[in-house]
Amino acid sequence: MSLFAEHAGSDQFQRSQHEPARERQEYGSVGMTLLIGSFTLGIILSLLAIGVFISFRVFDFPDITVDGSITFGAAVAAILLVHGRDPFTATAGGFAAGFAAGAITGILHTKFKINGLLSGILVMTALYSINLHVMGRSNLPLLNVTTLANYAEHAGNLFFMGKSSLNIFGWDVPMKDAAVLLCASLLTVAIGWLLFAFFRTDLGTAMRASGNNPQMMSALGVSVENMIIVGLALSNGLVGMAGALLAQYQGFADVQMGIGMVVLGLASVIIGEALIGARSLGLTIVGAVMGSVLFRLLVAIALRWGLDPNDLKLITAFFVFIALILPRLLAGLRKRKS
Amino acid sequence: MSALLEVKEVSKTFFAGTPNAVWALQNVDFSMKEGTFVIIIGTNGSGKSTLLNAIAGTFPVDHGTICLDNTNITSFEEHRRAKWIGRVFQNPFSGTAPEMSIAENLALAARRGQKRGLRWALHASLKKELRNRISRLGMGLEDRLDNAIGTLSGGQRQALTLLMATWLRPRLLLLDEHTAALDPKSADQVIQLSQEVIHKDRLTTLMVTHSMQQAVHLGDRLIMMHRGRIIFDVTGAEKQRLRVEDLLYRFQEVRRRDQLDESAADMLRKNYV
Repeated sequence: MSLFAEHAGSDQFQRSQHEPARERQEYGSVGMTLLIGSFTLGIILSLLAIGVFISFRVFDFPDITVDGSITFGAAVAAILLVHGRDPFTATAGGFAAGFAAGAITGILHTKFKINGLLSGILVMTALYSINLHVMGRSNLPLLNVTTLANYAEHAGNLFFMGKSSLNIFGWDVPMKDAAVLLCASLLTVAIGWLLFAFFRTDLGTAMRASGNNPQMMSALGVSVENMIIVGLALSNGLVGMAGALLAQYQGFADVQMGIGMVVLGLASVIIGEALIGARSLGLTIVGAVMGSVLFRLLVAIALRWGLDPNDLKLITAFFVFIALILPRLLAGLRKRKS
Repeated sequence: MSALLEVKEVSKTFFAGTPNAVWALQNVDFSMKEGTFVIIIGTNGSGKSTLLNAIAGTFPVDHGTICLDNTNITSFEEHRRAKWIGRVFQNPFSGTAPEMSIAENLALAARRGQKRGLRWALHASLKKELRNRISRLGMGLEDRLDNAIGTLSGGQRQALTLLMATWLRPRLLLLDEHTAALDPKSADQVIQLSQEVIHKDRLTTLMVTHSMQQAVHLGDRLIMMHRGRIIFDVTGAEKQRLRVEDLLYRFQEVRRRDQLDESAADMLRKNYV
């Protein structure tokens, strides 16, 4: 087991490389399996990207809680599943877990006036112990439990009438992979739309405005502090949900799986903005999803080319660094030209 | 008739206990009747903006009470006072959310001080009203409702902030040098709009200004502040007779008194220290 959170992607890649030839024929091309796997991971982690978008972009709040809350969501969902709860309850539990973690970060920051970055670090650190307690150990496999992935396969079986593989653009794709991807996509679209709708309600616009101009919102009768608390809770709720889905998809929850997730989410948001801009709210949310998927695909390609999975975090961090300084560099170049 | 706003013995010191302590308000007593339009002028650092911010609740006061509409609001946080108070700030960037559209900004103002739930912010009836009331500004903004406010000029933003502050009739309107950052033409336009809305809705208004012209021509009462105290308060016919020269004379008087204070202190120091 790799120490890093990328194991979902890298493991799957390694697994598929070691698959015997017989299985390969059965499941179609390795490339396609890898592609579908990356797509699914990207879709699942787009909830993380949307969560990071809320804290970083709506509130301009660098929320490190994410690293802890994604694991918290995964841990809570996993333990609920192990105790025989249905996967919907488990996923909702993951959301609730993240929601609570985010609310605490918000309270530390607003009510106790602790620096935003430090509030997140405190909660993230505390969550590490809590996650160990929740799971009872550092890695909790989901063996012999029904997950949302199984539900998706069932749905796929009914929908595709029991075919074991599908033909997509001339590629043979295992039906169950396609079904999981399809269901994850539907869920993401639903959540993205819900969030978009929420941000257009009285409460949602007030939340966005509280990030954009707190002084004005105070003057209009909104408690900016409460908005930050609810906003961070919502953000981490989505992150916790991403954790719950990730655990069900990869078949285990691991106490280390959150490391570097906030940077990964930020990278997705930045890629999304580069892809379709940040002109409107809807586009930004769509961008975050697209960014997450594209990022996963890039990772898969890089791994295929022989990138050491251990270097992934370094490269991600470097990428975000470049993306952060690029606007200033470009502005500087333009100035020099004129 | 009892006063709408009552400020009693309010004091505020910034950086208290340090060498940089600023006694911004010193035992200020001030009350306003419903429907009056009061102008505040004063030198820099005289406490006029501090008085406005104390009433709005930007910070807690050290001493004294503030009552609005027979409610003691001294301990209320800023956002709880917003139910009664509409505000326009000096900085045109302060009153609007730049990345949100004109329509969204106004929709936010349309629920000032009220509960915000899960209803569409821009529901159909509000959209219609928006178009109506924005077109009355005469700036052609009614066709740009979906543009981000950040793309507008300072004058346009200030006019919109004024519209936002008065969208729901406030019991008290606070204008904090709201034309000081504008070019003369926009300033005139915003003053015109302010006068119109104050007159039409009979708004109780407290306006801080730097402009002697505005101080003389607007309002039905004028107070002058200096070093955290109210030093001059005229109303009624006396206010109407007031001219720019009278105000300049008052300011000179204040300056002379300050100089006198300093030279007296100097003399005392020489003789006794």
